[in-house]
Amino acid sequence: MEDFEPIIIAFVCNWCTYTAADLAGTSRLKYPANVRLIRVMCTGMVDPKYIIKTLLEGADAVLISGCHPGDCHYINGNYKARRRIKLLHALLPQFGFERERVKLTWIGASDGIEFAETIAEMVKEIKMLGPVKTKLKMVI
Amino acid sequence: MSNTIKIEVKDQNPLTALKDFFGSLLNLQDIGALFISQHLPMKSVVMPTLITDSDHLQRIDPLAPAFPLNGAKLVARLTHKSIGKKVAAVLRPCEIRAFIELVKLKQGRLEELIIIGVDCLGAYNNEDYKSFVDKNGPESTRLFYQNILDGKKGLIDGIDLAPACKACEHPVPETADIIIALWGIDINKELFVITQSPKGDDIIDKLNFNKTDEPATRLEAVTSLKADKIAWRDKMFAQIDEETNSIEKLTKYLAGCVNCYNCRVACPVCYCKECVFVTDVFNHEPFQYLKWADRKGILKMPTDTIFFHITRMAHISLACVGCGQCSNACPNNIPLTELFRSAAFRAQKAFDYEAGRDFAESPPLAVFHEDEFSEVTSVK
Repeated sequence: MEDFEPIIIAFVCNWCTYTAADLAGTSRLKYPANVRLIRVMCTGMVDPKYIIKTLLEGADAVLISGCHPGDCHYINGNYKARRRIKLLHALLPQFGFERERVKLTWIGASDGIEFAETIAEMVKEIKMLGPVKTKLKMVI
Repeated sequence: MSNTIKIEVKDQNPLTALKDFFGSLLNLQDIGALFISQHLPMKSVVMPTLITDSDHLQRIDPLAPAFPLNGAKLVARLTHKSIGKKVAAVLRPCEIRAFIELVKLKQGRLEELIIIGVDCLGAYNNEDYKSFVDKNGPESTRLFYQNILDGKKGLIDGIDLAPACKACEHPVPETADIIIALWGIDINKELFVITQSPKGDDIIDKLNFNKTDEPATRLEAVTSLKADKIAWRDKMFAQIDEETNSIEKLTKYLAGCVNCYNCRVACPVCYCKECVFVTDVFNHEPFQYLKWADRKGILKMPTDTIFFHITRMAHISLACVGCGQCSNACPNNIPLTELFRSAAFRAQKAFDYEAGRDFAESPPLAVFHEDEFSEVTSVK
């Protein structure tokens, strides 16, 4: 698995983590190109089925990242996201989607460095885990 | 605040005693209707009915091992708006627990409902019930309860309880207003009716029965029964976990699925008014299928099968009461109950929640706090 380059789909909230990603870019910070960002208005709108579908389609991991507790632009969207991810963490490992493949983080708008570090760390982690099994031919 | 009354059973026929009891209940001023299962005139079919005239109690059979559907959704339909009268619903424990979940979701109301729970002896799946009745005719219900209450666990002539019932640790309707008690009791001699709420007390007071004590044998019987069921359940969980512990194995497990969505229709707690899987979201463009097929060189049709089942788990595992109707509804006999129950068990444990336990408990995804579940965002 030396040359395995994971694909990570990241659902990032407009107000915090997307802005942090933007800041990482304008600050010319480097982070692995394995991540594909999807900007959403709030982590509270990330339906569990988006995450399930993403993994079933062959993404190696999903990152959901938004504002720190207390900072949500919509007051409590991130708390809802947290409970939903907790539910997925209870359900998905049984079917071979390890907990590490569904990651929830809080990265504030001014945390460009933390964003770049989180991505780098996650890519490293997923490389160790190996590719998701849904890449196999007859799954689904 | 629990009252117990004893009903004498004549001619070793508890069903007649139950008919009399329900008849007197229905004659009470403020009870508008009785919701109870009965044999329809059509052969071997037991279905819930709504009775307003006690003349129609002749065919009732709440002890039959038939469970064609979970009545929770029907009771929700009867109660979601005020009708100015009370309805008494005779339900199995899993129907009551599913109804509790629907009440939490504001799809049913308690205000005009009297819940009468029957100590649950379990049921056969639909096909097995049909062959059981075909073989044993009018005596089948008696044969069934006698066998169960004699401690023989339900296996008769190779027909056994549905796996959902074998794994069910709720043989007693804990949250009913009124319980028809059967466990640990010789129901050919007597029946006990136990109240558990002011609503239940009110009804029993009006019926003028002499009060007595709950027989101690019932608690003993229930305790040992629960232990048996939990042991069977845990064995089932271990087996199902082994059978589905990778996406390949899950795909194999669900290979017979034809996306009919019967499991969703039969599920009492699949609560969405419109299921996303029948909306245009899944009405894919033809070129999309070709693109998907192109990626791996092959595409299994119909698509989105595993997606449907895992999404359904995400939706209902916190409300699943393990009633077994998903298995009953599957045209290809996929053992769905085992799969969904074990997923539900994990999910409910994660939130320290139990579906149907208490009306006052909020569904875990309907409440949230600032300071909780910090482990979700911490690394590993």
